[in-house]
Amino acid sequence: MAAKFETPTLKEYLEIPHTRPGAMAESKAYVAKPEHNTPLGFPGELAEGWEQKAVARLGEIVKSNRAVQVFLDSCVKCGACTDKCHYYLGTEDPKNMPVARQDLLRSVYRRYYTLPGKLFPKLVGARDMTKDVLDEWYNYFHQCSQCRRCSVFCPYGIDTAEISMAAREIMDSVGQGQKYTNEIMVKVHKIGNNLGLPGPALEDTLLGLEEDVKDETGVDVKYPLDVKGADVLVVTPSADFFAEPHVDGLIGYGKVFHAAGISWTLSTHASEAGNFGMFVGSSANLQKIAMRIREAALDLGVKRIVVGECGHAWRVAYSFWNTLIGPFDFLDPRYPVPQHICEFTYDLIQRGALKFDKSANDDKRVTFHDSCNVARASRMGDMPGGQFIIPRAVVQASCNHFFDMAPETIHEATFCCGGGGGLLTDELMEVRVKGAMPRMQALQQVVEEHGVTHIAAICAICKAQFTKVLPYYQFPMDMIQSVHGLVSKAIRLGPVNE
Amino acid sequence: MSAVTVLYALLFYAATAILVVGVARKIFIFARTPQPLKIPTTPAPTTRAGVWWRMTREVTVFESLFKSNKWIWLFGWVFHMCLFAELAWHLRYFTQPVPVVITWLHWFTVFTALGFVAGLAGLWARRFLVDRVRYISNPSDHLMLALLMAIGLSGLGMKYLMRTDIVAVKAFFLGLMRFDWQPLPADPALLVHLTLVATLMIVFPVSKLLHAPGVFFSPTRNQVDNPREKRWTAGWSAESKSGQAG
Ligand code: SF4
Ligand code: SF4
Repeated sequence: MAAKFETPTLKEYLEIPHTRPGAMAESKAYVAKPEHNTPLGFPGELAEGWEQKAVARLGEIVKSNRAVQVFLDSCVKCGACTDKCHYYLGTEDPKNMPVARQDLLRSVYRRYYTLPGKLFPKLVGARDMTKDVLDEWYNYFHQCSQCRRCSVFCPYGIDTAEISMAAREIMDSVGQGQKYTNEIMVKVHKIGNNLGLPGPALEDTLLGLEEDVKDETGVDVKYPLDVKGADVLVVTPSADFFAEPHVDGLIGYGKVFHAAGISWTLSTHASEAGNFGMFVGSSANLQKIAMRIREAALDLGVKRIVVGECGHAWRVAYSFWNTLIGPFDFLDPRYPVPQHICEFTYDLIQRGALKFDKSANDDKRVTFHDSCNVARASRMGDMPGGQFIIPRAVVQASCNHFFDMAPETIHEATFCCGGGGGLLTDELMEVRVKGAMPRMQALQQVVEEHGVTHIAAICAICKAQFTKVLPYYQFPMDMIQSVHGLVSKAIRLGPVNE
Repeated sequence: MSAVTVLYALLFYAATAILVVGVARKIFIFARTPQPLKIPTTPAPTTRAGVWWRMTREVTVFESLFKSNKWIWLFGWVFHMCLFAELAWHLRYFTQPVPVVITWLHWFTVFTALGFVAGLAGLWARRFLVDRVRYISNPSDHLMLALLMAIGLSGLGMKYLMRTDIVAVKAFFLGLMRFDWQPLPADPALLVHLTLVATLMIVFPVSKLLHAPGVFFSPTRNQVDNPREKRWTAGWSAESKSGQAG
């Protein structure tokens, strides 16, 4: 567990702090053990000669990834991004400023791959690849949630997320991986989901949900698993099978399918939408984890794929699936592949296929948290920005009292929950709590101004993170809701026109 | 032919060669390096035309920077626009007859030389005054500003204090272009100005000035947001056996 630390106090406005060098130098994620590394194709641990290997790997990445090449060459140190990262704002550690984080890697790139860095390292801030540098990488590239907020504000679109993925890829390639992400990837390869829930456990859970919904509504809503010939395969983060408030979302999906009369199924083989391969920049793992979904879709013979509430999973699904596991010529071309559950529900609402009793949520005054990967790395619907409109429309279809947080903290400028990108582990609690500060500050404002009682999200990581950090800021932990949890409460089952 | 003339003639041939070859090489590298995945920062345009428009806004009005920080935007934008105007204005040393469009800049350049220096001064001041920017500045960042500032000041000096024989300067540069060398006036301000400009040309391909070609290659800005509609593959994602699992 992390050492004791002070939770930031929420001010009336978000202040840009002065730098406090070294403030988070002690933050350390647990290092992966050999058993978390070797099954993923990484060396078990740091071994003799790792420096050369790391430098060589950096060279390969730069050659094979235009983003990294261009970003490492183009930064002018203008400083525009320096106050854009929630981890800087919350921790005051200057190495959490996006450009400073990039410089941790850029300094090594300059030393080995640019002329001035070879000739005058001091002048251009170039550094040798040493253990100290590696330790610094390890600390600060695990204080980046790969949220892309910096990339919105950089005049060249420099995305520190890409740099931190590259850095983590290099660290993995020399055996200095992070335990949390690698352990999870081992689980997903072996068991099929990040939580390591085996097939029979899933089946039990789903049967339990059917009973609960029957008790609550008197209606036989099905939560099908591995049903061949279903129309729709739903792929969702495994947290949805497991805990509040995630599971309310899953209950909601089932009710929407029931109300619309569309057959659907979950899959044991693809019982996880999340894909931590992205967080560590490992193309092999990214692709292998994604491939299970194609396999499941083919095996079950479905016509469509719908993705549940998960931020980075939606990025991988929306932006990468077609590349990694496409083409999807075996699916029904009349629907987007993949489709987000919010797009799915929204579409039904538009067509009048669902009926809601919004007053069922009258005990709530709701705001919506734009999850980073949905907001800045994907889209919903057919126009840019649909990812902001559609989930809000679904929320507003389900409740009467909706209030947005301050405009500079939502949509493309949304503040990360503080737990994304592979940081959702207890030993990083300090950086998670402090990194949540800007989001909490914006939340506090709508709580005070509009009496907001709940914050809805469409990301498993956000939900888990909020559950943990809300109490640090004196908010109740059940303030966080699944969007489809709200849907679940308000939707009327049975024939629509009754 | 004076030694000064020979020296500067050779210097400018070398600087031009280094600039052109160096930047061309880097552009070639940027262009050759594959971008395996779709990573536009969204919301992003869903069409090619939309991307052109986004890029045009980025490089003309610095849209992202404007969203980000009004001071950096102000200083940066003024500096760059004045730089472009000055570059265009200097074309009159390389053209005979001078295109009419360039002569129109005449009344304008009163401001641009000053704007150039003022914009730089603002950017440089931030490197000292704002602790975050101070933290990220390397010696090379200060040197680059010093170099540009000295170019601006030596230019201003010639404009207002120590006038130089610009007809001779023009003859020198036209001569360089025609490989028919003409004498260069050995005025100190002019020689300083030219030395600094040549230095800038030489360091361009290995410095952060690469942001100029770089911005056009930035995948977060130049990619179309259409991954579902159109399958994207490049580099490793094109080589791997993606669709063959079935
Ligand atoms: S905004 Fe972009 S160019 Fe400016 S310092 Fe940050 S990363 Fe570098
Ligand atoms: S991607 Fe997000 S967490 Fe990482 S440096 Fe940028 S703003 Fe910070």
